[in-house]
Amino acid sequence: MLDKVIKQKLVVIGNGMAGIRTVEALLERAPDLYDITVFGSEPYGNYNRILLSPVLAGEKTVDDIMLNTVEWYEDNNITLRKGETITMIDRRTCEVVTEAGDRVPYDRLLIATGSNPIMLPLPGKDLPGVIGFRDIHDVDRMIKASTDYRNAVVIGGGLLGLEAANGLMKRGMNVTVVHLLDTLMERQLDPVAGGLLRKSLEERGMVFKMPAQTQAILGEDRVTGVRFGDGTELAADLVVMAVGIRPNFELAKKAGLHCERGIVVSDTMQTYDGRIYAVGECVQHRRQVYGLVAPLFEQAKVCANHLAMKGFATYDGSVTSTKLKVTGIDLFSAGDFAPGPDKEEIVLQDANRGVYKRIILKDKKIVGAVLYGDTIDGPWYFQHLRDGTDVSHMRERLVFGAANLGDGGVSGQNSVAAMSDETEICGCNGVCKGAIVKAISEKKLFTLDDVRAHTKASSSCGSCTGLVEQVLAFTLGGDYSAAPKVKPLCKCTDHSHDDVRRVIVEQQLKTIPAVMRFMEWKTLNGCHSCRPALNYYLLATWPGEYRDDQQSRFINERVHANIQKDGTYSVVPRMWGGVTTPRELRAIADVAEKFNIPTVKVTGGQRVDLLGVKKEDLPAVWADLNDAGMVSGHAYAKGLRTVKTCVGSEWCRFGTQDSTGLGIKLEKFMWGSWTPAKVKLAVSGCPRNCAEATCKDVGVVCVDSGYEIHFAGAAGLHIKGTEFLTKVESEDEALEVIVALTQLYREEGWYLERMYKWCDRVGLEQIRKRVVDDVKNRKALFERFAYSQQFSQSDPWAERASRGVDRNEFAPLAELELA
Amino acid sequence: MTQWIEIGALDEIPRLGSRVVRTPGGNIAVFRTESDEVFALDDRCPHKGGPLSQGIVHNKRVTCPLHNFVIELASGQAVAPDEGCTHTHPAKVENGTVWLALRQAAAVS
Repeated sequence: MLDKVIKQKLVVIGNGMAGIRTVEALLERAPDLYDITVFGSEPYGNYNRILLSPVLAGEKTVDDIMLNTVEWYEDNNITLRKGETITMIDRRTCEVVTEAGDRVPYDRLLIATGSNPIMLPLPGKDLPGVIGFRDIHDVDRMIKASTDYRNAVVIGGGLLGLEAANGLMKRGMNVTVVHLLDTLMERQLDPVAGGLLRKSLEERGMVFKMPAQTQAILGEDRVTGVRFGDGTELAADLVVMAVGIRPNFELAKKAGLHCERGIVVSDTMQTYDGRIYAVGECVQHRRQVYGLVAPLFEQAKVCANHLAMKGFATYDGSVTSTKLKVTGIDLFSAGDFAPGPDKEEIVLQDANRGVYKRIILKDKKIVGAVLYGDTIDGPWYFQHLRDGTDVSHMRERLVFGAANLGDGGVSGQNSVAAMSDETEICGCNGVCKGAIVKAISEKKLFTLDDVRAHTKASSSCGSCTGLVEQVLAFTLGGDYSAAPKVKPLCKCTDHSHDDVRRVIVEQQLKTIPAVMRFMEWKTLNGCHSCRPALNYYLLATWPGEYRDDQQSRFINERVHANIQKDGTYSVVPRMWGGVTTPRELRAIADVAEKFNIPTVKVTGGQRVDLLGVKKEDLPAVWADLNDAGMVSGHAYAKGLRTVKTCVGSEWCRFGTQDSTGLGIKLEKFMWGSWTPAKVKLAVSGCPRNCAEATCKDVGVVCVDSGYEIHFAGAAGLHIKGTEFLTKVESEDEALEVIVALTQLYREEGWYLERMYKWCDRVGLEQIRKRVVDDVKNRKALFERFAYSQQFSQSDPWAERASRGVDRNEFAPLAELELA
Repeated sequence: MTQWIEIGALDEIPRLGSRVVRTPGGNIAVFRTESDEVFALDDRCPHKGGPLSQGIVHNKRVTCPLHNFVIELASGQAVAPDEGCTHTHPAKVENGTVWLALRQAAAVS
């Protein structure tokens, strides 16, 4: 009997970031599918090419930027053949041929040959002292030249050229940058930002000659100078050509694969020969070639998915952002910023502070951004750009950034570059900047997910995500792999929340296992992230039909109380609209004494919280509270929490309407409903707004002529005032609009996405159209909410206290005496 | 010598769920997987002591309800990159009955 299955052979040409990232992703998905052989021309393991500039500048060493050690290849049973170049692909026999004539067969082939620097065809280009800027070898030569020589000329004022120039300057050379055009980094910057950049580089001692065309490189045994189109000459002992890169596809072309500006690949990263894949800088996808690292990571993921025979992920192209890796210069650019007739611009320019921001909008969406001097909001703009967010509602404040929209996290921090290592970035998990930087460099982290897993930063409330992304960008020198445009629901799947919700409806999927089977979940039972999400989606989609899966509920929703740090629970009875009675208060006092409940506290939502209840006491506590007429306050639920009210026209001399009455009416109608995330309401009786309605998920502000309905506010992680939705004249209309709005959110929100985030994502106008303008749709939404309420308005406490539901949950299985 | 103690019927533990067994040495969480395997661990997360019995069970792992540490049921090890380990105890199912053997550490207080 064969005790070993014969594996397929995967050959990888190119031992760089793209090829190895693909192999890593493949090993994650299908560790035993292939025998893998990697060929690399360079005599090194895989290193982080984007960090060559800091190595040149002396800020990092070669060891710092190595990504995979020889041991890594051994541990994963990968045959690494470094220093061996492949000279031919024989597609007929499915073999690759090395320089030495060795033939190696493949079942699947991955080409990741990257790119070469463009060497201008100038007279003298082959003289010693003329080099490109592409690999460790080039950097070594530059470092050596900087100790032996004085004058360097860098041809090319793009990203690479400026980083090379900066590095050489730091190593003590006199550096002149020669650029063909009159704007530096013209592909990433507009003339204004390019000018600011030039000015600050000049202040550091860099010299520019631009616009200027290089005509010849002078010298006999070694380069001595450069001559320009206008006849002038400049002395030079070192010339670095950094005018761009060219995809390296000679090998593929020779093998008859279709190539244009790169190797042409499909959305699954396959070439015209289905057995041959290609990723990275050598490929051309939908007419684009990429020279940055983020697209390459996205391609690697898709390619690995296909190689692992999962086969449903596709690569749709990338939007890229750039940061210049020159310490002390803050510059960010993303998207398309060429002027156009259908584009609008928002510009902020503050010469004294050296700040310039230009945001380019098209169809209410951000399509490009150029930031200079203050790049803190770069990732934030970039996220909106990738997500295609409708930004019209924040347009007037957009240019001032996330912090001015109340979206900047708890402390509204400034640039991370200026922070000390001790500055706390993640307040939830107590992670400071130094710890994140250390983890990124020591553990070679690239993505937000990596940082979350290793440091816990940004893994709890997520409000510091922007800051962590900045630390990533800053530590890696920019150009890190930003979160993918379409976020998978969790690590168990590549499908997004929207995909899952759509498929549940289309395919009539009615259980969690059915969804996981149909959508090819990667794990056996999912995880703590996706199971509660799926449970909610099924519950919201099939009211009355879907059977709630208790084991897919977070503990709080399973036991209808809030778990505390010591494993005890807190209990919050409902107080409709925040109104209570002596009888209820007496019952609460009695319960607290009877069960020795250590803490009784008033909450921010106008309720009373009993903290420190033992789990086995819960049913008895609830029974006593039920006896006094109280039911669960759902303080633990991703559902309707509280409706906070002021006393309104019943007592207040300023009150215009019965805010307490409306609050109670709303709460009685909506309690028990499950929503994507918690929902808090408030009703204020006049514009003095004592119930603080304008920072709630939904808030009503009563006025003399009716009811203003506001929504999408928040006063927790983020402080965000509500958006005005509409004004109505009667309580019944107010109820209808609010219920319809909540139902739309229930049907469209992503699990754990608060209402204000949902509004940000789909757009205020979209929501208003469907909830306010389209009356028929509003009524239909209202009906669907009302229908689902008949299945959810049963007090979960009473079910457990007196009707024996989940009896097993609250009692131990066994009690063992000491033997 | 392993001394097996009968602690109850398998049906009393929900699939992908857990029940607690009280012992003088502290609570033990007994987990049941989707395929009816059982595992027993001290009911304390190595991170901050959270009650693992209250977590969500997925495959042969449980997620602590306090800070989402994921623990391997078979070994008690935290899933990388988290670090830490919880004591495990031998457990088995025979004819629908669950048996537990207390390890020295928990049995002798």
